[in-house]
This record gives sequence, structure tokens and C-alpha cells, in this order.
Amino acid sequence: MSRTAFTNARLIDPASGFDQPGGLLVENGLIADLGPHLFNDGLPDGAEAVDCRGRVLAPGLIDCRVFTGEPGAEHRETLALASKAAAAGGVTTMIVMPNTDPVIDDVALVDFIERRARDTAIVNVHTMAALTKGLHGEQMTEFGLLLEAGAVGFTDGVKSVANAQVMRRILSYAAHLGALVVQHAEEPALATGVMNESELAGRLGLAGIPAVAETIMIERDLQLLELTGGRYHVSQISCEASVEIVRRAKTRGLPVTCGVSAAHLQLNENDVQSYRTFFKLSPPLRSEQDRLALVAGLADGTIDVVVSSHDPQDPEVKRRPFAEANFGAIGLETLLPAGLALVHNGDLPLGRLLAALTCIPSDLLGLGRGRLVTGLPADLVLIDTDVPWKLEPASLKSISKNTPFEDRLFQGRALRTMVGGQTVYVQGEER
Amino acid sequence: MTNADKQLSPVFPYRHLLGIEGLSPSDITALLDLADTYVEQNRQIDKKGSVLRGRTQINLFFEASTRTQSSFELAGKRLGADVMNMSVSSSSVKKGETLIDTAVTLNAMHPDLIIIRHQSSGAVELLSQKVSCSVINAGDGAHEHPTQALLDALTIRRRKGRLEGLRVAICGDILHSRVARSNILLLNAMGARVRVIGPPALMPKGIERLGVEVFHNMKKGLEGVDIVMMLRLQLERMAGSYVPSQREYFHFYGLDYSKLAHAKPDALVMHPGPMNRGVEIDSAVADDIDRSLIREQVEMGVAVRMAVLDALSRNLPNELALAGGRS
Repeated sequence: MSRTAFTNARLIDPASGFDQPGGLLVENGLIADLGPHLFNDGLPDGAEAVDCRGRVLAPGLIDCRVFTGEPGAEHRETLALASKAAAAGGVTTMIVMPNTDPVIDDVALVDFIERRARDTAIVNVHTMAALTKGLHGEQMTEFGLLLEAGAVGFTDGVKSVANAQVMRRILSYAAHLGALVVQHAEEPALATGVMNESELAGRLGLAGIPAVAETIMIERDLQLLELTGGRYHVSQISCEASVEIVRRAKTRGLPVTCGVSAAHLQLNENDVQSYRTFFKLSPPLRSEQDRLALVAGLADGTIDVVVSSHDPQDPEVKRRPFAEANFGAIGLETLLPAGLALVHNGDLPLGRLLAALTCIPSDLLGLGRGRLVTGLPADLVLIDTDVPWKLEPASLKSISKNTPFEDRLFQGRALRTMVGGQTVYVQGEER
Repeated sequence: MTNADKQLSPVFPYRHLLGIEGLSPSDITALLDLADTYVEQNRQIDKKGSVLRGRTQINLFFEASTRTQSSFELAGKRLGADVMNMSVSSSSVKKGETLIDTAVTLNAMHPDLIIIRHQSSGAVELLSQKVSCSVINAGDGAHEHPTQALLDALTIRRRKGRLEGLRVAICGDILHSRVARSNILLLNAMGARVRVIGPPALMPKGIERLGVEVFHNMKKGLEGVDIVMMLRLQLERMAGSYVPSQREYFHFYGLDYSKLAHAKPDALVMHPGPMNRGVEIDSAVADDIDRSLIREQVEMGVAVRMAVLDALSRNLPNELALAGGRS
């Protein structure tokens, strides 16, 4: 029997609001016991002891939006490498997007991802399958069969389902299966630019993407949702108006949820100033006012989950003029530190941040994880919330280094990550 | 003090000329003053100088251009540089070489000055970070075209005697125009009052925050202006995508005598070329030697580019050209 005893921890279970000093015992891959006085009578026999020195022990993070290059673009990142980056970032479960080559739009391909992940990845991997065949936005995929194969939700990833009739039928069909429909909300006809449409875009001579490209799509989908019912999730919102729309829809009781990326919570369009392509994201980074609205939306629960939107891109597609470069930035290893920056700023309680990274995504996707509860798999992260460090791209686990947080000073990081009772990462120790 | 001695002192404290943004009025004035001396030199029978003797200048054009490229070529040659023209659209980019590789390859040949035009905003700045020589932006996407703004300013200053206090209207496709952006920045810096005139669909969002007055009615916009600067409208943008048709565009925004009559009686007309006659400008106005500065702009273009090449070359680290003996 393998046992690990975490002693002197600050245990935080975001779902219950539990936040107390104590210990936690892992046995055979499961959380066996936890509590303030757990190890008062000494450690159990044969347990490996981990002295947490008062640092936060929380459920491992669940990242709902991760792109990898497997299959089809393994030079950007494999599932195995992405999982190492995840472990280093305290992420114990990553949900991978279907935007691969081939597209994950078929039962056999979901099965491929599950098997590859089982054989090569060191964290839990779940698949979000395509909403439409080939991501073409026309023909829906086999939601029922894909769910049975293990898909946890459906999305066209970086593409919107633009055709309203197709979307209506998707929502309607998915509703009776209880499947989660995840939209990348961006009206493609309006989203032909490369950054936020603003005075800055005008000065830089870059084509803009207006915020209404996002809000039109969300408003349309919400009206369809009123017709169909079902579960609708916007993968990422980027502007103040979208926060307002989702807030109103939730007040009306519509079954809508949404996410935001850590980059959008930390950065704004001014970072594009020097044409740095690592800041070229979809949806684009918007104004500081939008960023503040996103932070407020996360704090008050309008925004449900925080994602990394981890998207490795190689230098060949990033070392280009801004308009010609690919969208996307990596983020698995900066998800937690970027979130903690909000906590340090006083924008957000730590518990709220962790909830958006653990129990809420777990409930959204039906994963049955993300909590400190006896009997659950021991997916855990030990967090030093205060340690200062500088992000040096060379030290990142990701092979693609397209991080918008290059050389940024952070406060706080994951010290140790455990997945199903196995320690998969210890900060400062290469494993 | 001889002319040669005067020209050896640094006048422009930068390594590159990537845009008008960031330049001070005194930087601009210094370049215009230097350009004035080259206007005179270019009108002599012996036009050849030697301040760039031994220097290598590469004109790297990713976007087709006749007048800007030939203007830079002539400017370099008149200063004694060895000039090489590269039109990249036809060579390595088609073979898949990246933009940066192209620049790094050229850089390895030790040029002293690279003049770059590229269809993407920011591309010239990107390349300037990868090479060790001086870079001049000859137009990047819809961002900046600094030598065009400088030659326009020189043209205006020579005809009106000043820039400060003049009313200048820039008309047409502001949204896609790097010429408009550089001119707005330069004219504002020099104390001119700038108006932009065009249909709303061809105005960038927030343009008024650049310190210009925005007009959608051309006749109103031209009232009392000293200078009318027309911009080129690319024909494909008139097929119903931004404006309904060429004839509707000309009706409201084409410069003809009836619209020009709203400007000051001595108002002068400019155009960066190449012109779409009958689309944005009436032929009679374009060819009116009393009103049109269009040919003069081309002449000033060579002088301004000589001034920029000269000014930047004085800041180059290697002293070989100076040792070449202009005592």
C-alpha cells in the first residue's frame, strides 16, 4: 500500500470553502483522510511524509482549454510534453481541443487521444470533441457516440459555428443528451482583423476585430438557447459587453456559462504596441476597461472558469509580421501565477480563483474531481502563493516558447503536483 | 566652414528611420533643412556627392513600387553609395524562406543601409531588430511611410514658407493609408492643423484622438484649407466593399475644381501617386501647374531621401566612408 502524508498544510477546498491548517493522507491513489488534527498521533506506517510548511494544498487545477499538436503537429507539442508543462503549472487535468490534424470529430480519434494520453501523459487528459465534422461548421458530429467514447464536451475550438441554423440544431440535439456545447464566440465576417479594434489599431495600422464580433455571436446563441434549452458555454469572453450579456442571461436563468483566459485577465491591447506576436490572441486582448470588467466578472461569478488557452506555436509561424503571424500563446505554466497576481492585487479572493480552476470546471464537465474529499482521486497541488520568481522562457517545460509573459515577475507558483497519488512534479527537481 | 564640414556633424540622433512617431520638431526640421541643400545639388549639372562613398545600400521591396524605389535608388547613387535593388516577391519568399531569414541573409553581406517596404504593418520594425545596419522604412502596411511625409512637408515648406499654422486636409482612404498616418503625425508635430476627409467606412476608429478634425462632407472639410492632400484609393476597395462604386466615390470625394473652390484661393493640391485619374482626382486639377504640387513632390522625394540617407549614415559605427577623404 502506497501512502503519502502531507503535513503542516493550509488545506483549501474551494467547493466547500474549507480553509484551515491540517494534514492530508493519500492512500493507493485516493484521498484517504484529511483534517486539522489528522497527524496529531504521528504519521501512519510507511507513509512518505511531505512537510508543506504552511503552504496551500488544494485540488489539482483543471484547465478546460488546451491545444496540443498531437496528432498532426507534434513538433509544436505532444500530449506527453503538454502534460509535463501542465504538471509544472499545477494542472492535474487538461481538456484538449479537437483542432488537430486530423480533427477529433470521430469516435476512433477520441479513442486515440485517450490511449495516447494514458500511455504518454503524466496528468489526466480528457477530450473535447468537435461540434461539426472537420470543424467546417456544417454537419454535426455524433454527440451520443462521442460522449460514450469519453468526450467531455463539444467545441470547434478556435472556430465559431457561424451558421445559425446549424447552431440551433446542435443546441437542440445536444440538449437531450445533456452534452455541453462550447462556442468560440466570434462572428467570422466581422472578425477579419488581427487585434482589438481601437485607436491603437488605427495608429499601428493593424486591422481591428470589434467587440461586437463577440457580442453578436453570444446574443444570437443565447436567443437560440431560449428556443432549444441545453447547456451552452462560451469558451472565452474578452470584453466588458460580453460580461454584461452573460450576467443578464444568468439572471434570467438561462443555462449559460463562460470562461476567460489568464492572459485576458492580466494583459491588454497596449501589450501589442510593439507588434509582439506573442500577444496575438483569439479573441484579441482588449482595452484596460475590458480587462477590469473581466476581473470583476470573475470575482462576482459571472465568469465561471479560468483557462490557459494553451496554444503552442512554433517560431516559423510567430516570427512574422503581426498580421501574418498565427494566433495563440502557451499558458499551462502561467495559468496559476497569472491568476495569483489578481489575488495579490486584491482583485479576487484566493478561494474564488481556485474554485474557477478546480470544482467549477469539474462540475461543468462532469469530471468528479476538483475537491478535497475523502475517496476522490488524489489530484493535488501544493502552492507557494508568495514566492517571487521570473519567467524565463528557457526554463519552461513547453517546447514552444510563445508566452506573452516572457521575463515577467510573478509571485507564487506550484511547488508539487500529484495526479492520482503519483507525484508528477516537484519544483526544482527534474523528474 | 565648408559645406562638407557642416555635413559631417550628426543631425539626427537615431539609428533607423522607422516612422514619424517619436520624432521631435527639431529632428524633422533638421532633416528638412538638410534636404533643402540637396534640392539645390540635384539642380546642378554635377549631382554627384560622396558622403556615402564605400557604403552599400540595399532596397528591399516586398511590395511592388516604382517611384519610391527609384527615388531611393537615385538618392543613394547621387550620394556615392553602391545600390542594390531586391524585389523579394519574385524570389526567396516564394521558395518559403521566412522574412527574417531574408533580412539576416542580406545583413551578412554587410550593407550599411537597408530600405524596406513591406505589405504588413510593423514588418520593417521587426526586421530592424534583426540586422546590424541602419533601416529606413519605405512603407509598412497601413502603418507609416515616413519619407513620404517628409517630402510632403518639404514641398509645402518650400512653397508656403512654413508648416506651422497651415490648414491641411488629407482626403480619401485614411483607413488603409500609411501616407495619411505619417503625415498626420508630422504635420501635427510641426504645428499645422490637420483635417481628414472621407467616408466613415474609410476612417480608422478613434482617428480624432490623433488630433485631427474629421469631415465626411468634402466641401465643408475643404473650407479655408491651404493644402489639399489627396490619397490613392485602391480600385478593389470601390467595388461595393467599402464604397458603392467609383462614380459615386468621385461624385462625393473626387477632387475637381468645384470642390477645390471651397478651399483658400491659393490652396495647393498634392498626391503621393500613383494617381487614379477620374477616381480620386480630376485630371485637369492634377495637371494644373498653378495648383498642383504633384511633380514637385517627386523632385523633393529624391532630396529628402538623400537627406535621410546622409543623416543616418553619419551615425553608422564604421568610419571607413569618412576616412575616404572629404577634407
